[in-house]
Amino acid sequence: MARLLAQARFIIGAFVVALILAVAAPVSAQQPSHVSPNAAAVKEQQLLNALSPGGSVGGRVSIPDQKSGNLIHPAGRDWTRFHEVTLRWIGAISVLGMLIVLVAFYLIRGQVKLESGFSGRRIVRFNAFERFVHWMTATCFIILAISGLNITFGKPLLMPLIGEPAFAGWSQWAKYAHNYLSFPFAIGVVLIFLMWIAGNIPNKVDVEWLKRGGGIVGHDHPPAYRFNGGQKMIYWIVVIGGAAVAISGYLLMFPFYVTGIEGQQLAQVVHGVIGALFVAAMLGHIYIGTIGMEGAFEAMGEGTVDVNWAKEHHALWLEQEMARTGPNESQRQPMATPAE
Amino acid sequence: MARMKFLCDADRCIECNACVTACKNEHEVPWGINRRRVVTINDGKPGERSISMACMHCTDAPCAAVCPVNCFYTTADAVVLHSKDLCIGCGYCFYACPFGAPQYPRVGNFGSRGKMDKCTFCAGGPEADGSHEEFEKYGTNRLAAGKLPLCAEMCSTKSLLAGDGDIIAQIYKERVTKRGYGSGAWGWQTAYRETIAT
Repeated sequence: MARLLAQARFIIGAFVVALILAVAAPVSAQQPSHVSPNAAAVKEQQLLNALSPGGSVGGRVSIPDQKSGNLIHPAGRDWTRFHEVTLRWIGAISVLGMLIVLVAFYLIRGQVKLESGFSGRRIVRFNAFERFVHWMTATCFIILAISGLNITFGKPLLMPLIGEPAFAGWSQWAKYAHNYLSFPFAIGVVLIFLMWIAGNIPNKVDVEWLKRGGGIVGHDHPPAYRFNGGQKMIYWIVVIGGAAVAISGYLLMFPFYVTGIEGQQLAQVVHGVIGALFVAAMLGHIYIGTIGMEGAFEAMGEGTVDVNWAKEHHALWLEQEMARTGPNESQRQPMATPAE
Repeated sequence: MARMKFLCDADRCIECNACVTACKNEHEVPWGINRRRVVTINDGKPGERSISMACMHCTDAPCAAVCPVNCFYTTADAVVLHSKDLCIGCGYCFYACPFGAPQYPRVGNFGSRGKMDKCTFCAGGPEADGSHEEFEKYGTNRLAAGKLPLCAEMCSTKSLLAGDGDIIAQIYKERVTKRGYGSGAWGWQTAYRETIAT
């Protein structure tokens, strides 16, 4: 009996299976006999071929870091080439080129002498606040320039001399200095922009000044107001260049808050190139403010200049000042050294 | 010596993210750091493909070229490693990397970038193989123990391959020949300046 039941169960089971198969057969017959999963699949080569310059092959990621959705970004290699080759050439040519020009200029032209000699009468040129802002910005700039040049030129020049661990330790501190001193520097640039903008709007006098080459060569002294054409150029280099390095620098310091990878690379390119040109321009500024011109450093050093210096280099400004304060109010000082 | 490479067979990847999880667990990688991730291209569209991506250990690695303190080095197996003692966290390797591999813990100046962390091909760092210091900084050194990277070893569909470049290229070639299709050796053209002819 039990055997018979088992047989019946087997037959019923087989029947049910056959029925299911019979019903299911037409369904499976509707599927194509050969499925090609590759029919519309993305291929790497197609995506790379379709890539615009600087673009990336990317998609969706399930992690919070959305920039990791960039899968392949071949432009990283191009940026590397820029950083290792192009930027080094730009930096070396601009900085070394400027140094060579300055040395040659000093050897050929020599110091721009005060032709009428020191009068001993002095006139205020920059007040204490102006000098404070100038030297705060200048000190920051020198440290920023050295630590910045270290990132581009330290590896080939300094690292072989002091060894990898010492160089990495120094570079770490240079990076800290670069990051933190950017703040007083940027504030200094803003203050420079505001406090000297009135005297730095280009005008006709500057055209004349530039036509006469600023009196740099020969013994010409084209008239100028408080700032001459060359100083106005330095002013706008500081304001525009300072803004460019500050904005690109903060993009690099706070990465990926504002831009994607292309923007970060562009920010580094701008920061590197403008930074190198900025250093070259400031070398020229330092030269003419120190050994390049007799009586010039005192303007930013003590805040006063000799009246004869003002007469030679800023004749129109001296007239304005005299008209404003009267000739007797300019400071009379005892002659410390005999006129050369 | 072998030339170690990764290869993700996108036609096999099912986006399970187990490679990502295995990597994080094996190396005790901190929050917010992803040495490996899975990217899905054409998500939700016909022919979508997922690719598991990490450091590809490039030939002529751009990160190493661009590093201002020379913290990268290449092992005899062509694995690109770096020294966290030298790294200053400047972030330049991320701009140079074609694969977005370098990761930075949010420590240091303004919480933006600490010392860089990336896939080591499970080969640790400059410290002594298998030492505690090495594990703390770079994770497990499986290669020194004769094992391949864990992400590939535990891949359920054997989509992610890691090992001698010639051998994994051969495996991929055979797969493509047998099944008749392949979406390509993702990243090889960019990383190794060569691809697998199929």
